[in-house]
Amino acid sequence: MSYEHRKILFEPIVDNNPVILQVLGICSALAVTSKLSTTVTMCIALTVVTALSNAAISVIRNHIPSSIRIIVQMTIISSLVIVTDQFLKAYAFTISKELSVFVGLIITNCIVMGRAEAYAMKHPPLPSFLDGLGNGLGYSALLLVIGTIRELLGSGSLFGYPILLLERDGGWYVPNGLLLLPPSAFFLIGLIIWVVRSWKPAQVEQPEFRIYHAHRPEVAS
Amino acid sequence: MPAPEPDSTVSAPSGESASRTLLVTFVVCLVCSVVVAGAAVLLRPIQDANQKADLIRNVIAVSGLLKEGLTEEQALQRIDARMVELATGDEVKGIDPDTFNIAKAGKNPEISTALTRQEDVAQIRREPRYLPVYRIVDGNGDFKKLILPVYGYGLWSTMYGFLALEEDLRTVQGLQFYQHAETPGLGGEIDNPKWRAQWRGKVVFDEKWRVQIEVTKVEIDSSTPEAQYQVDALAGATITSRGVENLLKFWLSDKGYGPYLARLRHERS
Repeated sequence: MSYEHRKILFEPIVDNNPVILQVLGICSALAVTSKLSTTVTMCIALTVVTALSNAAISVIRNHIPSSIRIIVQMTIISSLVIVTDQFLKAYAFTISKELSVFVGLIITNCIVMGRAEAYAMKHPPLPSFLDGLGNGLGYSALLLVIGTIRELLGSGSLFGYPILLLERDGGWYVPNGLLLLPPSAFFLIGLIIWVVRSWKPAQVEQPEFRIYHAHRPEVAS
Repeated sequence: MPAPEPDSTVSAPSGESASRTLLVTFVVCLVCSVVVAGAAVLLRPIQDANQKADLIRNVIAVSGLLKEGLTEEQALQRIDARMVELATGDEVKGIDPDTFNIAKAGKNPEISTALTRQEDVAQIRREPRYLPVYRIVDGNGDFKKLILPVYGYGLWSTMYGFLALEEDLRTVQGLQFYQHAETPGLGGEIDNPKWRAQWRGKVVFDEKWRVQIEVTKVEIDSSTPEAQYQVDALAGATITSRGVENLLKFWLSDKGYGPYLARLRHERS
């Protein structure tokens, strides 16, 4: 794999993470991360969809009339999502029941759509595929971190296996119920964004405007 | 904001004529529909098998057989599934209870009857003519428990579940829902093991075999004789709780399993 390709694949994991830097795909990051088993399934589903939709759209990018490009992208993405959902229902029934509507909602995930429009429409299939894969992995990396924290501290287990002995089962750990509710993922994403931007100041956004005290210059001095 | 990506290859300006747009639309739709339909058709048998296994797992869960120390396979041996014609209470041969889809049967006008507004206590609109029931037998094949599929509308969704009755056909062994979309944390608490546990031992019929079950918001006074018919409602989920009460009242009435239960009582007396 050439340097270029490696860069396309790995850059979205930390340097250009779709969730941390671009703040996309938050909805599903809140909804599916209360347990690691659903988190992993969702990560795989989204990565597969993003990679394949990027590749498919890139193959026909020169034939898509720009007036209907969004709807063509949507058609391809939703078909892939339905196929993924059907596979989950066939081979991971229990988990797909828990994920319920969220697999279907990958269709509306801004990461998939964003990569199709921003990257796959302008680049050949292989780099587009890698870009989709990379962004899927970037999304997965963040979700796995959040899922691990939420399940460990919220239910004292990982993948359903007890790690911290719960008080109600005779152990010592009192689980934090907040971590099982969606808002906790918001706090965690916020903390992670803070940590990453302190570590890599290049990711800090410039303020879009500044407030000047136009009418009282003597106070503003 | 991320740095703009370099254009490695500049795409050729695409044709904008109407015929070309239509052609691209047609081809994309055709390919996508073939892919989607193909996946749906090819995976259907596996999905159906999953659904069936899931249903049986729920029957086993509500039967309490696993708590008696049986494995899932042993429990499966104890389940005797039958199809029942609701209006007459007759057992029907010729329909496989394992593959019978309750949710679909309720929508199919050929095997269901419409309910009037007065009759439709559980808000299900149509009632299937036939439904599976599950008799739980002991090691000698003697009748021990009866499991009835029940469903009805809560706040947002139709709640599908099973009601397990003890040998006397009066006492509840368990009530468990396997499919619903009630608000998590409020109505969704119908899945809460603590709430489900209080159903055990409740009585759904009085001495004259009239339906007597109430999901109440009033504190239950266990010294009164009514307490055996009363279940504490879920906090913050008035409509879901009422839905549970209504669906039980409906399915235990003469419109629901009433005729079958009467026949079973008669057989066993």
